[in-house]
Formats: sequence, structure tokens, C-alpha cells
Amino acid sequence: MLGYAGRILHVDLTTGKIETQPLKEETAKKYIGGIGLGMYLYLENSKPGVDPFSPENPLIVTTGPLAGTMVPTGGNGHAFVSKSPQTFGVGEAKAHGHWGTALKRAGYDGIIFTGKAEKPVYLWIDDDTVQLMDAKHLSGKSPQETEDAIRNELKDFYIRVACIGVAGEKLVRIACIINDKTRACGRTGLGAVMGSKNLKAIAVRGSKDIPVANKDRFLELVKIQHERMKGPASRKYKTLGTPENVLVLNALGAMPVNNFERAVFPDADKISGEYLNERFVAKIIGCSSCAMRCEHIAVVPEGPYKGTTTRIEYEPLWAMGPNCGVGNLDAILKGMDLSNYYGVDAISIGGIVSFAMDLYKHGLIGKDDVDLELNFGNHEAMLEMIKKISTREGFGDILAEGVRIAADKVGKGASKYAIHIKGVEMTGYDIRGLKTAALGYAVSFRGADHNRHGAYGPDVSGKVNRFKAEKGRGKLVKETEDLYTIIDSLIVCKFSRGTYFEGFKDLAALFSAVTGIEMSADDLRMAGERINNLGRLINIREGLTRKDDTLPWKVMHVPIPDEGVSKGSFVSQEELDLLLDDYYEVRGWTKEGVPTIEKLNGIGMEDLTYIVKDKLEPSHEKPKRKSKTEE
Amino acid sequence: MPGASKVDPSKWKLVSCDPDKCTGCTVCEYICSLTKDNAFNAQKSRIRTMRLHPLVNIAIACRLCNPAPCVTACPRDALKQSETTGEIIIDDEKCDGCSWCIEACDYGAILLHPEKKVVRICDLCQGDPVCVKWCPEEALDFTTRDLLSQKARIAVTKKLFKESMEAAGIKP
Repeated sequence: MLGYAGRILHVDLTTGKIETQPLKEETAKKYIGGIGLGMYLYLENSKPGVDPFSPENPLIVTTGPLAGTMVPTGGNGHAFVSKSPQTFGVGEAKAHGHWGTALKRAGYDGIIFTGKAEKPVYLWIDDDTVQLMDAKHLSGKSPQETEDAIRNELKDFYIRVACIGVAGEKLVRIACIINDKTRACGRTGLGAVMGSKNLKAIAVRGSKDIPVANKDRFLELVKIQHERMKGPASRKYKTLGTPENVLVLNALGAMPVNNFERAVFPDADKISGEYLNERFVAKIIGCSSCAMRCEHIAVVPEGPYKGTTTRIEYEPLWAMGPNCGVGNLDAILKGMDLSNYYGVDAISIGGIVSFAMDLYKHGLIGKDDVDLELNFGNHEAMLEMIKKISTREGFGDILAEGVRIAADKVGKGASKYAIHIKGVEMTGYDIRGLKTAALGYAVSFRGADHNRHGAYGPDVSGKVNRFKAEKGRGKLVKETEDLYTIIDSLIVCKFSRGTYFEGFKDLAALFSAVTGIEMSADDLRMAGERINNLGRLINIREGLTRKDDTLPWKVMHVPIPDEGVSKGSFVSQEELDLLLDDYYEVRGWTKEGVPTIEKLNGIGMEDLTYIVKDKLEPSHEKPKRKSKTEE
Repeated sequence: MPGASKVDPSKWKLVSCDPDKCTGCTVCEYICSLTKDNAFNAQKSRIRTMRLHPLVNIAIACRLCNPAPCVTACPRDALKQSETTGEIIIDDEKCDGCSWCIEACDYGAILLHPEKKVVRICDLCQGDPVCVKWCPEEALDFTTRDLLSQKARIAVTKKLFKESMEAAGIKP
């Protein structure tokens, strides 16, 4: 079983006990690595119903079988998994860079953290020597400062560090875990889980060999990927980068503006990928093993934020730009920089600020609450708010809970302005007019996310009528979901997805060449399906139901007002029900969205049927479900 | 290239990295260690990358200094420099891993092999370096000092005379 280190590290932060346990080949084959393996380890090591911040909630980090090899984009990834303090279901997030490579080279497929340290600590993994180190002096430091400090005190520049910032320490529910200074396991608030354990950082030095099973075959496959990555399949990421989306989505009337009030941004030219690259992007760099390179490093050339240097992608650019009504790239880049500095998810932070701006606009909160003129478009107020939320200062303390919980605290109907799915703030697609994507977002097991399904693809490319909800969309969503879970489990980069011309077949070939384990395209497809069911099972165990597969209030009640192609579009409850029914049927789940025992047995998940047993009617027939409108 | 003939050092070819093109992806380290040691392990790579800042990336391999400080520093005469290619040739029998050469090298281009406990230096892959072949950004070049200085002169001339060239209708 090459590719895998064959060992999982178990760190009990309460007792300080550190031990390794073997990774079973069967588990590796079934759940691959990354989020698949992480979610499986989570289930094995957790009890249902625990609070995400409780010591009883384990935090898992995994690599995949390709980590440490030169599979382009595949050599470097890692995934964190835990119960999310935002969704209260499964939380997972991946990042690339160099950290995952180091963990694999140190000889581990993953780490399970349980318990809670008495005082702030960091974990120092030096191959087989693993110890908990005092981290009191690192408290309050940014991820970037923390990385430098650890490298200095351990005296090795090549040590890789994944760590939290102030936001994670203060249990801000959108806190992320940052590695290599600019790369983030951003979504679902796992930085706060890490903070709740008093775990500031994980520093790794790995110096072991990573062999591959079939070197000649491996190099042949890698060469093919290298060639493809020079071609059109990765063009976007190597040129304008994801901010290319700005003008594309704006033209489609699919770029949310002012907290999903509108879907067209009048100042799009001022924040476009074209303008960003012309004026700000100083260099494009790559992660370990990558043959594409995508990381656009932007530098603000003048003005009050002069010298701000940060990575930038479409999603945070959108979240702190159009979604806050901000058409000023200097300020957006500063916002991105602050997000990395405090260690918060740069998508969610924009979502929360825009939510607060919406409350301000509608008089649900006032200047007395926030000490700011929090109008849409006021970028100075936005940056101030980012600080307040990330450090839980003033009203920021309420907003640090994320839009869902903050809306409950504010009351007065604030929930209508809380743009989230399962508690996770939305990403930059106006799904009112992207109905395949709307389904993908609604069923995503980690909440609002375009990266669990990529179902905006058929909508945006015109393969389907994006304004129509109809049968067949369930199948489209399932297919990309199953591929995307494999991408996140192997782990390769989503940006490379276009270079696997034959999808599962190409990925299975890479898997086999590295591990020596025979894996067909169909085997891998089924593993993808299995991992999607696994995510669903954790959510079911934690009490999530069909009711949680829903969309933000505005998406379902406020038609897109802008003149143009998307005008009048929204997703009604009837449409959503139709889409969900179709999807559940394709998945082999009940009308309530519960995987049946037959389904689970059919995909090799017999050991987990206990989770659904009491959720299914004895005959597996469900009573007729009332729709929302009837209730 | 015929074995023993002496070649002028200005004609020796070395692996050189263009920092403007280098993205810090470390593909050179991967392919070097796989080729030389049959496994991926940056600690065994004869070329190493350095990212000091997102904007500052480079890969460094042996610069073929002449005379070579590493050769001079070795107390056991374990290192000698090929007069044909400039490659530093290591006598594993004599090398005891004392690492004086590592200290003598201004570029950090020498590594102590973690298991063999002898030093390793870029051996130019018999005139066809794998790292150059695999670099996805073509940031690595296998070239002579003469050509490197030519390249630098062309670049600086373009920069200095950009306007004149445009005025004269010369496409840079």
C-alpha cells in the first residue's frame, strides 16, 4: 500500500498522550483519503450530539494517497474535518501549499486531535518525534507571525506550519486554519474548533522518502498531466485567475450585489479580473508539485493601503466587493489581507459584513450598535467591521457567531437578511437564476458551497435552461458531487479538474500508479458516491434533515430586480421540492433525504447502517410529507 | 562530449533558474530526488527551492564555481572538479560527511545525504538535467555563463531602451 504512510497519529490534548494507529487498507480503499478518510475517522472517533467546541469533538486532518508525490496539484493537499460550529453537521475544508507534503513525508496519513489542552500548545512533528510545545508566546499572533516565530525557534526554514489566528483563539465561528501564510482551510469554521482545543499550530518537518508503486507508469501519467496543464484546460487559472468570473457572472446577471439585493454590479469594471491583473498582480506562484500555478499575488501600488500584498481569488473578491457594494480593489485587497491576518474565512467575513450592512440599511441595527456608518459601499466601515468581527469587539462579538446565529440574536426578522445555507454564508453565485446550482447548494453537506458540486457549470455554460427547475438536475448534481468528493479525497486541486479528460478513469490511473492498488474508474466513482453518503450520514446523525436542504430566504422570496436576462428569477418552495425529490431519488434516498439500508449495503457501507435505522420507517416507505406551503 | 578533454570554464553548462519565472512549485526537487534516489524527498534533491516571500522564489543548484571553494575546503580530497564539464565529482570512499564543503558553498547547493551520510551535488545528469526538462514554467535553463550574461544584457537593454525601440519600430 504505497502512497499511504499507513499510520494515523492520535493526539489526546487533554492527557498529552501521543500514539500512532495503523491505517487499514480496506478503509483507505473505501474512503481514499482527504475528506473521505477524514469524515470516516471523524465518525469512528466521535459521539453524536456534542457541541463543536466541546473537548469531545475531535478535529481531524488528513492527506491523500497522492500527497508527497509529484502528481501535479496532488502532492500537497490536506483536509481538516470536524463538527462545524456553523452547520452543527460535518465541517470540512481543504488547502494546498506545502503543508500536506510535509505531513506525508513525516510519515502520517492524518492526525486525530481529541480533548483540549489546558494551556495554549502547538504540535511539533519532526518525523517520528512528536511533541506538544508551549504556545503561550504565540497567542494573539497572526498565522503569518506564528509561522515565522515557529520556524525561528525550531531553526529550520523548511518547517511547514498550519495554524490559527486571533479569530480562532476567540472562537469566531468563521475562523479558518492557515498554512504557508496565504493558504486557508477556510470554510465551516474549523479554526474555531482548533482554538477551542487550545491548539495554536501544527508544525511539521518531514524527511522520509515517498516512493511510488509503478515509477514508469507514474511518470508517463504525470507527463500527460503536465502537457494538459499547458493547454486550454487550465488557461483561466494561469491567466486572469478566478477573478475572470467577475465580468462573466455580471453579464449573466448572476453576481450577487449588496447582500443578494441585486445580481448586476454597476462597478464591475473597477474590480474585474482584467483590471486586477493589469494593475495589481505582481506574480503568479504555485503550490508544491503544481504544474499549473494559479496563486495570484496582488500588491496595492499606491494610496492608503499601499504595499498590501495578498493572494486573491474571485470568491473573497466578490464577498468583500460587490456583495458589500464595494467597487474599490485597494480596499478589497486590504480586506483579504486582514482576513488572513486574523485568520477568518474571507468569503464568510464578506457575507457577515454585507448582512450587517443590510440590517443597517433596514434599520434593524443603527449607528449606536456598530459605531460606524455601515452603508453598502463604505469600504472603510467594511474594513473596520472585519477587525471588529475577527476580534469580537463590540457588535462584532454578535456577528462573530455567523449570520445565522447573529440573526437570531438580533431578532426583529433579521433572518430574512441572513444569506446562508446550513449556517454557512453564501458564495458568489446568485443562484436565483442558476437552478441546477441552487440544488447543489441546497444539498451540499457542508452548507453553502459551490465547491461541493460545481453545478453552476451546466447553468453558466448553457447546457441546461438555468431558469428552470426540472427533473434531471438531480442526476447532474449527483455526478459532479461524486467527482468532487474524489477530487477532495485524493486530494487534487479543483482548478485541475479540467485536465482529467476522462474523469474518474484518469484519477483512478494515478491512484493505482502511486499505490499499487488496482482501482477502476467505476470503483472510484462508487467511492465518490460512498463519501457523499458518508457526509450525509454524519449530518443525519447530528440531526439535520430535509428541512436543512434549503436556500436563503431572499433566494426563495425576492426575484432578481435587475433589468436583463435574469430579471424576475427566484427559487420557489415548489421548485426546490421538485429538485430535492429528483435528487434524493437519484441518490437512492428516501423522500426525507435518508439513505436507505439497501443503498448503503450496495455501496459497501454496511457498517454504518446503524445511523439510519431509526430514521427509516420499517417498510422504508415514508409518510406523505407536507410541503412548507401547506404547513 | 569526449571524456578527458579540457573545456574552458566559460563553456561549462550549469542549471540556472530565472527567478521571474520560478513559481516555487518544487517540481525540480521532486523529479531530482526521484531520478537520483528513486523516491520523492526534497532533502535528497540536488536542486533546492527557496521562497522567502510570495514574490521571491528561486531554485538553486551547483554554480560550477572555478576554482570551487567546496573542493578547496574538503580536508579529505574527496571532491574534485571535472575539467570537462565543471561538475563536482564526489569520492564516496573519501567523503565522511564532515560538511566543510557545505559551509564553503555560498549558494547552499550541497546537501548531506540523510542516509548515506556523504554529500551530494548536482551532477548535471550527464548533460541533460531532468529538472530542466520537467520545469513546468521553463524557469530552469541548462546554459553557460556566456549565454547567461548575454541574456542579462538583452534584458537590460530592452529595459533601458524600451522607448527608443518602440520609436524605431523594433518589437522587443
